[in-house]
Amino acid sequence: MTEAVNGGAAGGAGSEGILLKGGLVLDPASQTEQVMDVRIAEGVVQEMGVGLDAAGARVVDVSGKIVAPGLIDLHVHLREPGGEVHETVQTGSMAAAAGGFTTICAMPNTSPRGDDPTVMEYILRKGAGFGLTEVLPIGTVSKQSEGKEISEIGLLYQAGACAISDDGNPVVSGLVLRRALEYAKPFGIPVIDHCEDPDLKDGGLMHEGYWSTRLGLKGIPAESEAVAVARDILLAGLTRGKMHLAHISARQSVELLRFAAESGIPVTAEATPHHLTLTDADVQGYHTSFKVSPPLRGEEHRRAVLEAVKSGLITCIATDHAPWDAENKDCEFENASNGISGLETALAVVWDALVVREKMRPMDLIARMTLGPAEVLGRKDRGRLRAGGRADLVVIDPELSKRVDRGTLYTKGRNCPYHGRVYQGWPVLTVAGGRMTMRDGKVMYEG
Amino acid sequence: MGSDYGKLDFKDLISMEQLDAGQIDLILQNAAELKRVLERDIKKVPTLRGRTVLNLFYENSTRTRTSFELAGKYMSADVVNINAAASSVSKGESLRDTGQTLNRMAADLIVIRHPMSGAPAYLGRTVSARVINGGDGLHQHPTQSLLDLYTARDKLGDLKGMKVAIVGDVLHSRVARSNLSGFRTMGAEVWLCGPPTLMPPGLEDMGAKITWDMDEAVRNAQAVMMLRIQRERQASGLFPSIREYSQRYGLNARRLKLADSGCLVMHPGPMNRGVEISGEIADGVQSVIEEQVTNGVAVRMALLYLMAGRKGGDGE
Repeated sequence: MTEAVNGGAAGGAGSEGILLKGGLVLDPASQTEQVMDVRIAEGVVQEMGVGLDAAGARVVDVSGKIVAPGLIDLHVHLREPGGEVHETVQTGSMAAAAGGFTTICAMPNTSPRGDDPTVMEYILRKGAGFGLTEVLPIGTVSKQSEGKEISEIGLLYQAGACAISDDGNPVVSGLVLRRALEYAKPFGIPVIDHCEDPDLKDGGLMHEGYWSTRLGLKGIPAESEAVAVARDILLAGLTRGKMHLAHISARQSVELLRFAAESGIPVTAEATPHHLTLTDADVQGYHTSFKVSPPLRGEEHRRAVLEAVKSGLITCIATDHAPWDAENKDCEFENASNGISGLETALAVVWDALVVREKMRPMDLIARMTLGPAEVLGRKDRGRLRAGGRADLVVIDPELSKRVDRGTLYTKGRNCPYHGRVYQGWPVLTVAGGRMTMRDGKVMYEG
Repeated sequence: MGSDYGKLDFKDLISMEQLDAGQIDLILQNAAELKRVLERDIKKVPTLRGRTVLNLFYENSTRTRTSFELAGKYMSADVVNINAAASSVSKGESLRDTGQTLNRMAADLIVIRHPMSGAPAYLGRTVSARVINGGDGLHQHPTQSLLDLYTARDKLGDLKGMKVAIVGDVLHSRVARSNLSGFRTMGAEVWLCGPPTLMPPGLEDMGAKITWDMDEAVRNAQAVMMLRIQRERQASGLFPSIREYSQRYGLNARRLKLADSGCLVMHPGPMNRGVEISGEIADGVQSVIEEQVTNGVAVRMALLYLMAGRKGGDGE
């Protein structure tokens, strides 16, 4: 059920093979950091080494560039079924290919919701048909994501769910979350929680602090996240289940993650590119592209989350790609929907912030977008680069600087806070299941 | 009008934070001139003849809407009131579409009041007409601040070094935010006071002095401004009862004695007599609450002149 289905699915360069020549191969799993060639054929990395023979393969010179495992995004909203005006599996997959992703995990807050095996099968089938990226569906924790009764987690898993989550909403009941953590154990899939205490959020619109006061927008305290993080960590300790915390945004949450690590409690977490690079000060002007849940927080919070990503306390970067059409965003701040379209800009935004500015090792950053998420999913077949493994790769040009233009994005969402800003470090080639899906920013798909 | 916005060198007036002391002074001086029109028998000057001002109100308001309407009419502008509840807005038209429609009708200036913070800034980005914020959510109410500044300066002279106490529901008050900025720009020291549950974070970083003790706020002040407390705040658990609120944060004769002997008593209205302010104080000799209303018309006339007049008020 989880086999790669996109190998050569839409023809292209899959059959004769590709030789990526002279790139710096970075593989976090093996800590490989070496200039060498990578030969791909039949959906598999055939060999890696210096001075490989082309053996009939199409040769692509990638010298001066980095060859890494294909990126994995644990957290995207594809909106389909039900929200096709905002995004579809197709447009989301194109955005993923453009962004260097070869696996994306689709949240179940669709209509109908992903609380039924048929929705899992639908997403899998749709994603496979485009052959642009592997789309792994996430099922719900609870029926209708109402937080009352746990979903048919076993049936969802059998139908292809890679995780369960009620994302968009927190699992408010500690008891329901406990049951889900316990019940999901035989399947080895993570329970992903959107950490937020709705009472403390109290209808807030942005991070509570100087800027919420100055702008007159109702605040959401950082503690509304952290109290939920604390509970989730304690329940992970109680159940020893696979607890994964979505989009961590608060300094206090990071401190609690440190407590968990020191206490040996098994919990993983992700941070988004926007929480790593933007703050509540960006909300001035009331531009709705900066309205997101959890909200952009103050600099001390951004700094704390960034340090946690650098140190490896947070092992995953996930986009929380949340596309919306203009109707949901071209309006008053209070009326706007929460969310940022982030698939296509993710790598450049974090590369620029973490590698260029913060001097994070490229190997470590790549790990957060490949090996880290693969380990959360419990998938040994991806997030790694090795001979005989899946040919999911991304080629990164660490020197390329580009200005973001939301008008040229593949996603339907135009809610892009990075519009007009320049970032350094872009994906220039994506190979998914042995097939070239993006080259120089152009997605290779003929529909 | 192009990009020549005259002495107020911005398209839209959204927040008091936009105005420097010189610009505030300019507005207040113009208001003083125009206030004389209000004292005439025939209250009409031709200054804004041929100019169109739209009052787009998404929130109930008697005094601000009427004040803008009269300000425009006294200066011969064509003033149209759009009560959003009675227009296509209630049929679900977006603010963007409403703005485009009004823009197409060649409005020179739109005054907008809206329950959501930031709505005037948003409208300003979507229309070519100049926009004046007539109060948005919890954010700003710049014309209220300008009329308060006018009133205070009229009575006290130079505001430099004066102590101004603003007391009540600071959390939900656009008046408090506007006046914190406006009075500080004019050199006054601004104290904000209320129960901790109604005092948002970051006020000190905005330059305010903070206290939960009303006596401390009022002591030696030259002006005390009381904020309206809405009863639904009690229901949402922000304070326990009107009785307790009134005792701790109401302005009465005893508290007023702590202030400077000539301390002004101000209130943006509408008042809850016996809650945040006692009736005898509201009607007392130190109260300038009624003058605030008159000055509101003068200040709005000045703003319309400077923002809707030819070449931003320079030409006529």
